[in-house]
Amino acid sequence: MITLDVRDVTMERGARIVLRGVTFSANRGELLALIGMSGTGKTSLLRAISGLDPIKTGEIRVGDVEIRAGRTLRLPELHRSVSMVFQFHHLFSHMSALQNVWLAPVHVLRQPRSAAEGRARELLEMLGVGSRADAMPHELSGGEAQRVAIARALAVEPGVLLMDEPTASLDRARRGDLAATLLQVAAQGCTVVIATHDTEFVGACAHRVMMLNDGRIAREGKPAEF
Amino acid sequence: MDRDLASFPPVLIVVAVTVTALLASPARAQSEPELRWGGDAEGGAPFVEADPQDPARLIGFDVEVAELLARGLSQSPRFVQVPFTSLEASAARGDFDIGLSGIEDSPARRVRLAVTVPYYEFREILTVRETDRARFRTLADLRERRVATLAATLAYDMLVAAQATDGIIPVTYEDDVHPYSDLALGRVDAVVLDYVLAERGVSRNPGLANQEPSLGVGHYVGVLAPGNSELRDRVDELLRQAMRDGRLEAIFRRWGMWNEDQPRLYARVLASSATEMVPASAGAAGLDVWEATRRYAPSLVRAAVITLVISCVAMALAVVVGALIASGRVYGPRPLQSLLTAYVEVIRGTPLLLQLFVLYFGLAEVVQLPAFLAALIGLGLNYSAYESEIYRGALEAVPQGQLDSARTLGLTGPQTLVLVRGPQAFRLALAPMTNDFVALLKDSSLVSVITVVELTKQTSIFAANIGTWLVPGALCAAMYLVMSLPLARLARRIEKGWRRG
Repeated sequence: MITLDVRDVTMERGARIVLRGVTFSANRGELLALIGMSGTGKTSLLRAISGLDPIKTGEIRVGDVEIRAGRTLRLPELHRSVSMVFQFHHLFSHMSALQNVWLAPVHVLRQPRSAAEGRARELLEMLGVGSRADAMPHELSGGEAQRVAIARALAVEPGVLLMDEPTASLDRARRGDLAATLLQVAAQGCTVVIATHDTEFVGACAHRVMMLNDGRIAREGKPAEF
Repeated sequence: MDRDLASFPPVLIVVAVTVTALLASPARAQSEPELRWGGDAEGGAPFVEADPQDPARLIGFDVEVAELLARGLSQSPRFVQVPFTSLEASAARGDFDIGLSGIEDSPARRVRLAVTVPYYEFREILTVRETDRARFRTLADLRERRVATLAATLAYDMLVAAQATDGIIPVTYEDDVHPYSDLALGRVDAVVLDYVLAERGVSRNPGLANQEPSLGVGHYVGVLAPGNSELRDRVDELLRQAMRDGRLEAIFRRWGMWNEDQPRLYARVLASSATEMVPASAGAAGLDVWEATRRYAPSLVRAAVITLVISCVAMALAVVVGALIASGRVYGPRPLQSLLTAYVEVIRGTPLLLQLFVLYFGLAEVVQLPAFLAALIGLGLNYSAYESEIYRGALEAVPQGQLDSARTLGLTGPQTLVLVRGPQAFRLALAPMTNDFVALLKDSSLVSVITVVELTKQTSIFAANIGTWLVPGALCAAMYLVMSLPLARLARRIEKGWRRG
């Protein structure tokens, strides 16, 4: 079942064209890796899918929500379907790890606070940072902060999880753990799209790989082919 | 050379001419001896005021008395402008040779300054609205009512005494015009001031009436620095001569102030070598400083509470209005942004003192704000402009990544503001806000111009009454510090708490 459908998307950043007609789709439970050199449009594509930056032409369908050029987005609806983990995590700096995770379930999904907090603890436990629940973001290591950010993204139970450079702040052992975690998330039915240039990591977890070059998909195939 | 001058900016030429003129004047002063006399031109006619025909020239009976004295001393008179309530301290400092501005004789003055013989006798008059004429006949009829007067006058001492005996509420003004206009507006229920001011107040404000009989008698005198009794004695002699030969009478007749009280006063003055006048109020002059401090301490503490309440409420108003303005400037549509920018620039670009005057006196014909409320609104709105700039800066300093995070989690714009951007901006704004609160605490002293007696005003009354600023000033400074230091500490504690989480 297709949960993410991207059709002929172009995007501009100032005078520069960053995406030049990107088309692909991803199925439920699929773990898709976007690779390519810096500046080839990986992050731009993730930002387009998450509705952060407008696209110039084309359309993106995430679950039931459609993103089109020049149309105002109903973001809260979109973000019930898609969630994003940023390269630098962007945890809310004035909240503890736990608060970061239950904020959206309580205020966006209107879950009762106690239930949301319980679920948040479970997610942090699952990601191995349960003991850091009460720490503030600046007290977390890069790896811990990333796992809290993943927990925060998963807490809204998205159909699609986007991750930008997930291994940038991790050592080798931690990368293995993250690969296992992402496969587990995918196995539970979430479509995962990661943008990275860590080909070793891609080989360890991706179901399918797309290589971007100058705003276009240059190649597509199994990890072993790259 | 000519070319150099031509390239000189015109503003600099004006400055240069002014400076030259200023530097030249002392030289002129040396060639012709001057009698520097102090007064307050804001007091207006008939004392001292700018001539409406030629505002550079002063007119008034005190101006003519000064001219009379200067002529007698073979000097030329030179006027020194001093606020009425500072005349005494200024005389003691030697800012001028003699102060003449409807200055009242009092035992306290005689202790601290060299005082001339009285040259005019006045009666203290109770002024009320025509409609209250039957019910407010004396101060005893004015229990729980606001009674206005001028600070640092005999009438003020009388009202303070009546506060204890009759339960009236004294309200002090810095000038003698607004007590009467506020009486007409209903902001106060009576005014006690001398006959000259009362007559003028009634003639300017229809609907007011002066009560008979008078509440007491006082005298105008000249004041000199305490060590200057030599000049004082010469001035006394000149005044006595002018009483004898009718020149003083001519001056007061010209100003419509001559009455049957004056010949009696002159007869008494001429009959005695020193004036024997019965003090209307003992005042605090006879007390030593510590005893006076003990007596004034409760009123200083009360005034400090008023300062604190005004500052806290005004700051709360400034924070709320400032946050609304900042939100409007960051999130609002363009026309609203321009409107709010204009508001901020106007408020920041004009003096708080002016804003208070406009709010309290300027708007009085349209809406009569009580003084305390006007003080809160004036300070609050003034500081809201500064707060809004702090918050706008803080809102714009919250990293874009935090806002992106909030968006991808599905938070709406208002939710993002309340849950993420606002709290983070508040952390950035706390230090400058603390700074502003301390500044506001001190700026709150300005509200005394609209009759609110707060800490600084009470201190200056205290200082005027005991004749020294040393102890009252130190006490006042200590009280401001006691109020501001804990706040600074609290802010530091909160910031530390945030860092810990």
